[in-house]
Amino acid sequence: MSAHIPILAIAVPLLGGFAVPLLAKLHKGLRDAWALLVVLFVGACVGYVAVHVFTQGLWVYVLGARHPQETLAPGGFPIRIMLVVDGMSAFMGVIAGLLALVAFPFALRFLPEEEGKSLALTLGLLLLAGILGMAYTGDLFNFFVFLEVTSIAACALIGFRTWTSRAPEAAFKTMLLYSLSGLLFLLAVAFLYGEYGALNLAYLARELRGTFVDRLALGLFLAALLMKAAAAPVHFWAPDAYGEVPAAKALLLVVNTQVSLYGLWRVLFTLYGGLWDAGVGWLVVALGLLTMVVAAFMALVQTDLGRLVAYGAVSQIGYMMLGVGVGLVSLAGRPEYGLVALKGGVFHMLNDALTVGLLFLCVGAVEWTKGTRDLRELGGLGHGLPEVALCFLLAGLALAGLPPLNGFASKILIYQGSFRLSPILTAVAVLASILLLAVFARAFQGAFLGPKAEVPNRVPGVFLLSMAVLAVGLLVLGLVPGFFLEGVVTPAAEALWRGRALYLAAVLGG
Amino acid sequence: MTVVVRTIARLLFPVALAFGGYVIMHGHLTPGGGFQGGAVAASALAMVLVAFGPSRLKDKKGLLSALESLGGTAFVVLGFLGLGVTFFANVLAGSHGLFGRPVPYGPNPGDLNTAGTLPLMNWAVGFKVLAGLGAVVLLFALFGGEDDR
Repeated sequence: MSAHIPILAIAVPLLGGFAVPLLAKLHKGLRDAWALLVVLFVGACVGYVAVHVFTQGLWVYVLGARHPQETLAPGGFPIRIMLVVDGMSAFMGVIAGLLALVAFPFALRFLPEEEGKSLALTLGLLLLAGILGMAYTGDLFNFFVFLEVTSIAACALIGFRTWTSRAPEAAFKTMLLYSLSGLLFLLAVAFLYGEYGALNLAYLARELRGTFVDRLALGLFLAALLMKAAAAPVHFWAPDAYGEVPAAKALLLVVNTQVSLYGLWRVLFTLYGGLWDAGVGWLVVALGLLTMVVAAFMALVQTDLGRLVAYGAVSQIGYMMLGVGVGLVSLAGRPEYGLVALKGGVFHMLNDALTVGLLFLCVGAVEWTKGTRDLRELGGLGHGLPEVALCFLLAGLALAGLPPLNGFASKILIYQGSFRLSPILTAVAVLASILLLAVFARAFQGAFLGPKAEVPNRVPGVFLLSMAVLAVGLLVLGLVPGFFLEGVVTPAAEALWRGRALYLAAVLGG
Repeated sequence: MTVVVRTIARLLFPVALAFGGYVIMHGHLTPGGGFQGGAVAASALAMVLVAFGPSRLKDKKGLLSALESLGGTAFVVLGFLGLGVTFFANVLAGSHGLFGRPVPYGPNPGDLNTAGTLPLMNWAVGFKVLAGLGAVVLLFALFGGEDDR
């Protein structure tokens, strides 16, 4: 059975999602237990895959073949759909599994039964399946299919509270951007398919010649994936979406944007890695700087706690783009600082997932107790909810990149790497971090400090458990970053930095 | 709607459903398949909605939702059938069991009893699309205002 674990990580949540409405008709408790069991199984699967990939190298799994490693059909052509899990894919899978493990217990308690809990659980599991599919697949069309799966599930979750006025609007906006992104991606895949007659990522990576059509396709890939990753100037759907989605499910949306970034790294480093162009790297760097500054300024003026955190989340996308972009600019000469920046960018994906996840859980807990997220009405919650206040403070400081928290560990790598390329990059990044510190100081003061406020509902224990897991993660990653940097981040960054040849060899042989 | 429309709808409903089933069943031999056949069958539901109004089908929402989940579950379970080899491996093809006859070579009218798990997957997709599209048009009709008969 262990040979099939990568596909089980995708197929089991898919099956779990479809089975949830059926089980809900039998018994509500059975449905909740089933959803938890599925998420636990997925967590175990992605963990196993990660350990296997980090210790033994790439893991290829071919669907429908005579045996799982038969990548080439007779004639030496990769025709089947396959999963190719390298260090970066496994790393992305771990992030998705971790946040799902935290989000689902929280969601089971958070979602009210009369608001269609079964549907939200179904959509959440489908979103998880789509995310893992995007992370593990080695086929461009398959990637597009999973991109659409995540788009549809995410839009439905965003518009979930149909009775409010803002949720359908946010869902409509998001759907517009997601469909546009999906269509651009499909067009790019169609260009490459028309030119080379293949959809397999490794095969295309070997065949790409850098024609005009290839460059056009690269532009479309960039536009599509940046749109879905909420990079400026197409970030405007994200605050609405993060703000309106039920709080626990916002964690899955965070992973959804990250996996789109992962797709971009895959396209830039693996698919187009043979046709290196510093201009593309500079474009990613420039958009990353724009994203972090624009989002930090926008966060300053928000009065809704959910939207404020959402803008904070968008600004972190900019840091990942800066780190990996610097790596991409310096890919040709492969100087030391390029790898440092790349490691920082990749490490920041994990840190951002934990930090922003914790912030959204805090927002959810505040909303659960007070029924509002408006900073003008909130205040003084620190007396009644000290645990939530502490978690919010920790996560806010981590997001702003203060030591000894995890945000500092990855941001210092990004600063170091980008400084060697150009000190201006670092200056802008530090400026954005200072702005974020101001943002979260203000948000903390507005929501938790001040005269003691009434707290009508207690925070359930499972909320605190989910938050505690993430808070401990924040501290551990900040205090002993070296362990995770060596064990988890370096294999992922190396997979982008030097792993292209291995990726191609694993699929095409030789 | 008028009595002409309702009579014709009553006559055509089983025919449209049967045609949808035909398209699904021959999905592995002729153009079409699960999605197309499911859409044809759902158009039969849409016709009933137009002719008789949504009140006839109002209480069928639960059934459609269950059918949709069943279709999705069945599709993934069929994928799991192949796990002895690989996920989605076609274990029934060439097994001389259900849909297990080897595909004949050369020009032939097409043998329905071939292609292994593919026809079963077509049925799963067909039911999912029938239920999903049916539920969508039903919801549109229910929220569409007055039932004008």
